[in-house]
Amino acid sequence: MSAMGVSRSRRLMIVAGFGVGACLIVRPALATSGELAAAVNGYAGGAPIKAGRVKLDIAPLVDNGNTVPLSVSVDSAMTAADHVVAIAVFNERNPQREVIKCTLGPRAGRASISTRIRLATSQKLVAVARMSDGTYWSDTVDVIVSIAACLENPI
Amino acid sequence: MIRCQVIQPHRLFLAIACWVAVAAVAQTDTRRSGFEFMRPDTQAMQRDDTLNPGMLWVRQGEKLWQQATASGAKSCAGCHADASSSMHGVAARYPAWDERTQGPLNLAQRINQCRQNHQQTQPWRLESQELLALESFVGYQSRGMPLAPQASTRLQPHLDNGQRLFQQRMGQLNLSCAQCHDQNAGRHLGGNVIPQAHPTGYPIYRLEWQAVGSLQRRLRNCMNGVRAEPYAMGARELVELELYLAVRARGMPVETPGIRP
Amino acid sequence: MSFTIIKVPATARRGEIIEVRATIAHPMETGFRPGDDGRVLPRDIIQHFSCHYNNELIFSAELFSALAANPLIAFHTIATETGTLRFQWVGDKGFRHSESVALQVT
Repeated sequence: MSAMGVSRSRRLMIVAGFGVGACLIVRPALATSGELAAAVNGYAGGAPIKAGRVKLDIAPLVDNGNTVPLSVSVDSAMTAADHVVAIAVFNERNPQREVIKCTLGPRAGRASISTRIRLATSQKLVAVARMSDGTYWSDTVDVIVSIAACLENPI
Repeated sequence: MIRCQVIQPHRLFLAIACWVAVAAVAQTDTRRSGFEFMRPDTQAMQRDDTLNPGMLWVRQGEKLWQQATASGAKSCAGCHADASSSMHGVAARYPAWDERTQGPLNLAQRINQCRQNHQQTQPWRLESQELLALESFVGYQSRGMPLAPQASTRLQPHLDNGQRLFQQRMGQLNLSCAQCHDQNAGRHLGGNVIPQAHPTGYPIYRLEWQAVGSLQRRLRNCMNGVRAEPYAMGARELVELELYLAVRARGMPVETPGIRP
Repeated sequence: MSFTIIKVPATARRGEIIEVRATIAHPMETGFRPGDDGRVLPRDIIQHFSCHYNNELIFSAELFSALAANPLIAFHTIATETGTLRFQWVGDKGFRHSESVALQVT
């Protein structure tokens, strides 16, 4: 959260046009669900989380909530001086908020991970990235999950 | 090339008739694999062997193929050698006529019959991990080939019964397979699109199960779905339904291991 | 015996960013799901995944019940030198599996 962080993040300045004072912005979407916000803010240790630089890719409508492909990529040059240190994903309505927490380093080359998740119902997902300068960035998406039409019993 | 000549009427008629016939055949094959009813993400999963979880079962099947039995008998490889050649096209021909039982047999039953009669060992429980793995591995050797259940007069009464079962209303919801999968395929049932029910990808990795399962498991699930008492696993009726479905899908390419929602 | 599908290119150019995909067979039983008797089935998931490239940790992940069964993790790394990528999975009930894949860097 220092002036050093802002001067290094040239792209941030171009896109956001902010100065040092921008670090206190929290995206409204995170405030809509208490538990989700608590989990995300807990992960960031109370540090401010800015919307942007993170892209959470998931189909808006899924074939089946039991297995949903998901990718998170972060806009970062991944240099030794400036890289993504961690990526985490949180959900709004599953029994548990956490989905995955990844640790990366400059050896990644590209800050991009993919996996497949379970979604109990339609809900919001939040991806958070922690940068090497200590800043946090996020993306929020809404996914619609419909219940299977035919209920089946286990074999 | 334009030639100035008189075109003989009967040749012209023949040419037009052939063209119309070809166009008619091309137009009337409205069969579509369940693959085409899936969203792009799910399709991408099936297309790429490094993304397709069904390949975990194919891998296990590949290992089982090489394994000698507990009874000390030869492995599958001991008789059948390299599966990519000996099993090429085999799964595409099932369900097939079986001399021993004088009736139709699906691939899983055939594998078990081999275990009992040629490997002197216990058959695997239907729907067990091992049996599904071997069925997936053998099915994978036919991937891309057209479904080709053998035409046979001896199978005809079983095929007829399979068709009858497909068209028969059942369960508390009083629905037949045909009502959803012939008459209403492409329409929605809740949030799902109703597919045409072609068995091209079996055993499939079903997202709902988060595992690979057989066509019989899927049929039993469907019967539960219409609140009918499902036939027992391995029942003759289920094999006859499998036979009818295979004939109905004849010519469509095998996709094993398929992914379905 | 745990079955896996691992995608690592056989060869890569030095400095090239490669995508690595690792899938392992595992039910990822959530710990929230009731069994047939109505009682909740105990959790049985893979909790931790890591990848070491010539013994240096290049990626790790903490996994939760929200991941689908037979979990797939895909990530990227820079092909720095010829060597071995070692994958490890650790989970409930003492689950442990590791697998090594060779990478040729030219």
